[in-house]
Amino acid sequence: MKKTDNGGMSRRTLLKGSAITAGFIGTQVVTGFPAVHADEPITLRYLSTATNQSPAIAAKAKEITGINIEYVTVTTDDVTKRIITQPDSFDLVDTEYFSLRNLIPSGNLMGIDAKKVKLVDKLATAMTKGEVDGKKIGDQGTAPHKVFYLEKQRGKEFAKEPTEWITLIPTTYNADTLGIRPDLIKRPIESWAELLNPEFKGKAAILNIPSIGIMDAAMVNEAMGKVQYGDKGNMTKEEIDKTIATLIEAKKAGQFRAFWTDFNESVNLMASGETVIQSMWSPAVTAVRLKGIPCTFQPLKEGYRAWASGFGLPKTLKGKKLDAAYEFINWFLSGWAGAYLNRQGYYAAVLETAKENMQPYEWAFWMEGKPAEKDIMGPDGGLLEKAGTVRDGGSYNTRMGAVACWNSIMDENAYMIQKWNEFIAA
Amino acid sequence: MLDEKSRWTPYWQAAPLAIVFLVFFVLPLAITFMVSFWTYTGYSIEPALVGDNYASAFDKCIDSLPDLCTTFRTYLSTLKFCLMVWLITLVLGFTIAYYLVFEIKSPTTRIVLALLTTIPFWTSNVIRMISWIPLLGRNGLVNQALMGAGITHEPVDWLLYSSFSVTLSLVHINTVFMIVPILNSMSRIDKSLIEAAYDNGASAWQTIWNVIVPLSKTGIAIGSIFVITVVMGDFISIGLMGGQQIASAGKVIETQITALQFPIAAANAIVLLAVVLMIIWTLLRFVDIRKEL
Repeated sequence: MKKTDNGGMSRRTLLKGSAITAGFIGTQVVTGFPAVHADEPITLRYLSTATNQSPAIAAKAKEITGINIEYVTVTTDDVTKRIITQPDSFDLVDTEYFSLRNLIPSGNLMGIDAKKVKLVDKLATAMTKGEVDGKKIGDQGTAPHKVFYLEKQRGKEFAKEPTEWITLIPTTYNADTLGIRPDLIKRPIESWAELLNPEFKGKAAILNIPSIGIMDAAMVNEAMGKVQYGDKGNMTKEEIDKTIATLIEAKKAGQFRAFWTDFNESVNLMASGETVIQSMWSPAVTAVRLKGIPCTFQPLKEGYRAWASGFGLPKTLKGKKLDAAYEFINWFLSGWAGAYLNRQGYYAAVLETAKENMQPYEWAFWMEGKPAEKDIMGPDGGLLEKAGTVRDGGSYNTRMGAVACWNSIMDENAYMIQKWNEFIAA
Repeated sequence: MLDEKSRWTPYWQAAPLAIVFLVFFVLPLAITFMVSFWTYTGYSIEPALVGDNYASAFDKCIDSLPDLCTTFRTYLSTLKFCLMVWLITLVLGFTIAYYLVFEIKSPTTRIVLALLTTIPFWTSNVIRMISWIPLLGRNGLVNQALMGAGITHEPVDWLLYSSFSVTLSLVHINTVFMIVPILNSMSRIDKSLIEAAYDNGASAWQTIWNVIVPLSKTGIAIGSIFVITVVMGDFISIGLMGGQQIASAGKVIETQITALQFPIAAANAIVLLAVVLMIIWTLLRFVDIRKEL
């Protein structure tokens, strides 16, 4: 991460600057330098959660494009809050597709010009069409393809058909499921319903971010056969009531050890053995395993809850910064960053270019679900998986193909929040 | 001329503080109050004058009686912690202050010991709380010790993520707020009053109850206000040590803010403020801080 110095120019740099300018004026022969080199390097303020940021990506971007990336790190909910309340405080944002239902009507983001994004036709079909390997995947909730295009650049309506204005250019996406401690559970886990199995009384956890937690709860309710949903990602008041009622009942029976809101909390709960089954995110499972503690990101028969995030541009961005933002986005899709993200267990927006930047054995492990030929190293160079292991859930096509629903903002969001608070207070 | 000048002097002198109060206290509060009557969507707030936010804060509170609604249950739970923490910190704070003032004879030792009580303040209160987790967890030190000593065979679960751990951490964080004001009041008590009490045949308990407690009343009241306001608004300790399973008024507000429902969060903040003000008003009925200072 880079710190900015907002103190402005010091007197010394000012003097140097004027000396150089004077030099240029004095010796008119010195021409032919490309103008861009004489300019100050452009800095882009990149707003996102910590998950989507990496000093390595920023350093590589600087090396290749000359653009400074200055990360602004906040939580998922705060990304949304910033876009709505302080739209001038960033130049580029990496946010989740599900928040678009709140972001686009605010008018604070502008459509991204598809013509300026070189690899726009190569973007993963899971994002653009809701298809993996030519087959439709689950699209309950705010599936990215539903909110991918805008009617016009500064429009507040999503387009049904592809247009040249894209809301967000995908950066990463993934399929989430329950994390378990196989060493403490000692039997196969196959269904979301197990989260509320009394066998794990006092050893289960769910995440306390209402818009995501409610989706996990819906997967559980559906698996238990307690509620039949029209659309889990857009529940009716009655469906919300039933979903929360199940949670309250389980809570009163002492099912939950804790709720978590922060990535690190989930790692600690699992690593310390306070919980043996819980809502979890892929890198958190990796973090537990890096401590030498067995932890599985368990594929379940009902499928995954997916999420996706992407680059958006604030409506006020213009001039050189706007050009730099497009340049950075193009670089991001060109492979190096994609390979980096794939190696963390996320999925890259453009798979072809990411593949070119990965070793064949890495690609086979992460994307094809094959046993690792060699030890798999993490992005930091540490040992992640020993040779012979297979990725939890298998290949890209198997995992993304089994998506059941997407993170979402519902029409009844306000009511859902109210009921969620009731659950916490119960 | 001179009269004119001196008439205005106190106002000028009070002005800086008054301005700070106005800008950083009165103004934000007024805005919060105003916004609590606005309407909202997921992405905007609209000026209006509606009572909907208050209505939904107290949704079904009357209908569902005698069952408590979410808001009442939340406040009841918060008040319960408030009472427990207040009682424990009061006993601890009073005892420690008493020891420092009346039992320690050397002023140097007294200062050193008084400073020792502030050591917990050297780190952030989040770190102070987190440090309890490895101690109290299912596989924590306390459980290992209990099982090692053969006192229990199964790990004790209620040590962490329970009302117990919440109370413990709140007491840990807030005791010093009680010690300092009581210490301050006690050290101003004229020692000859205590001697007079003894000379008149009062027992140690009688002296404490009839002489020291009444004379420390201001300190107790100030300490109590600190502790009660901190506990009523707390959501970090309750969240962290309660495994986020225990509701608090602060957490409700926080959830609403993150969901961008500012007006309803503002309404809840006003309700919380009203509750805290009522408690403090009751407290001040017993002690006139201004008279005693």
